[in-house]
Amino acid sequence: MKLMTCPINGSRPISEFFYGGELRSMPDPNMVTDEVWADYVFHRNNAPGIKCEWWCHIPSNSWFIAERNTLTDEIIHTYLWGEVV
Amino acid sequence: MPFRLLKFALSKEHPEPRMFRQPDRLKSNYDAVIIGGGGHGLAAAYYLARDYDIKNIAVLERGYIGGGNTGRNTTIIRSNYLTPEGVKFYDESVRLWQDLSQDFDLNLFYSNRGHFTLAHTDSSLRTMRWRAEVNKHFGIDSELVDPSEVQKACPMIDMTCGGHAPILGALYHAPGSIARHDAVAWGYGRGADLRGVEIHQQTEVLGIQIESDRVTGIETSHGTISTPRVLCAVAGFTPRILDMVGLRSPIQIHPLQAMVSEPMKPWLDPIIVSGSLHVYVSQTARGELVMGASLDPYELHSTRSTLDFAEGLAAHMLELFPFLSHVKVVRQWAGMADMTPDFAPIMGKTAIEGFYLDAGWGTWGFKATPVCGKTMAYTVANDRNHDLIQDFSLSRFERYELVGEKGAASVGH
Ligand SMILES: Cc1cc2nc3c(=O)[nH]c(=O)nc-3n(C[C@H](O)[C@H](O)[C@H](O)COP(=O)(O)OP(=O)(O)OC[C@H]3O[C@@H](n4cnc5c(N)ncnc54)[C@H](O)[C@@H]3O)c2cc1C
Repeated sequence: MKLMTCPINGSRPISEFFYGGELRSMPDPNMVTDEVWADYVFHRNNAPGIKCEWWCHIPSNSWFIAERNTLTDEIIHTYLWGEVV
Repeated sequence: MPFRLLKFALSKEHPEPRMFRQPDRLKSNYDAVIIGGGGHGLAAAYYLARDYDIKNIAVLERGYIGGGNTGRNTTIIRSNYLTPEGVKFYDESVRLWQDLSQDFDLNLFYSNRGHFTLAHTDSSLRTMRWRAEVNKHFGIDSELVDPSEVQKACPMIDMTCGGHAPILGALYHAPGSIARHDAVAWGYGRGADLRGVEIHQQTEVLGIQIESDRVTGIETSHGTISTPRVLCAVAGFTPRILDMVGLRSPIQIHPLQAMVSEPMKPWLDPIIVSGSLHVYVSQTARGELVMGASLDPYELHSTRSTLDFAEGLAAHMLELFPFLSHVKVVRQWAGMADMTPDFAPIMGKTAIEGFYLDAGWGTWGFKATPVCGKTMAYTVANDRNHDLIQDFSLSRFERYELVGEKGAASVGH
């Protein structure tokens, strides 16, 4: 069974977690053109590599950041938003 | 027969004809290069050579032909989608499938079974009624049926699903079929080869050369070639190729797993799909049950399998068919599904001159193999998007013109 470390609850089975997508910074929708906004909403560079992602431990509703290699599925770090590793 | 087999095994030569040649080296230039020797890439090569007389083509495949999603899918063929764009497109594909075995002179084991999508809730009945109306409007054989029809076509089903998900009705699609996936790749490959197309296996594309927004060549693991036209038909590898040309897209890769049971006497004629239970299943001519479920829940560029998947799918299978509890699973595997947010493909011309895309086929692209080949061959030959793929272009996202096929594609591929 694959495990993931929740920064609050420790190591738990991956099935207890929800994947929230890549961490990205949102442009101000009032300041950018429709194309820039569409690019933010839809487009990514989705080539494999090490990504920063939002994850949630569902039973405790704890959202946090995971650094994960999307080619090998290796979870490198998990930490709460704003924390530095 | 055993004697012939023995002689064949002992002989140093292999007198059986190969399906296609293995050219020993790449030429320095081609009129068109196709990346990806799956069904889609080979079909495009076939129609380019057959219908447009463009024969100086190389198909480049990093592994072996059909080794991608083409050879990993559960082979469901149907056209009862939800959007008019989708319905017209898949309907044309189902039409093309009918003559393919003849075209290829190769038995594709195309087997027409009928396709039931089960409804366990009022809201899914509502979507099905909607789908049936859209389908009928476009002349597609598709109707809502009541539970007794399901019971009649599949007497072994538990109509209450263990008591907690009673079957309230189903969307029935008589043309629903299955086919032999490997044979589709071989048929298109042989047909293309016979018409002069070169198929290079074990040849990986490593880079794409672009000068002032126009394709000029390709770097491969066996050297560089020049070409003005490149068709990218690499399914789960699409983001890696897009990265080479600097294009962004909404395509995200998730593994899609499937498994197969030991063979049994025939008992399941139709294809059965249940969105609520995340199951779809058919029985092959050899008697195995081919089973699948929904996507893995997070992005991953890998074809690893998980026990979670096998357990989850087996549990849902037993809700529908409790009598299978002693049947063994013999094999499990995964493919990489190239998912789009609207569950519709991304096809046609791109911002780069001469770079064409046939991607975003996610969990539903096997049935579309013939029509993708045809429409992409037209698009590459004329440098103009074929009418049937106008609505599927990559630029639809920046125009906020999504296609909205999720209601008909998310579980029942
Ligand atoms: C488990 C599963 C079940 C499915 N069930 C169904 C179903 O029931 N019905 C349905 O219609 N669809 C289904 N699908 C979807 C369907 O399989 C795919 O959409 C379809 O087969 C895609 O075909 P393709 O030719 O585009 O891609 P593929 O067959 O994946 O071919 C792409 C090829 O490109 C090659 N390639 C990649 N990168 C490079 C490179 N850099 N250089 C050279 N070659 C490269 C790969 O090796 C691969 O062989 C399913 C998919 C999966 C995984």
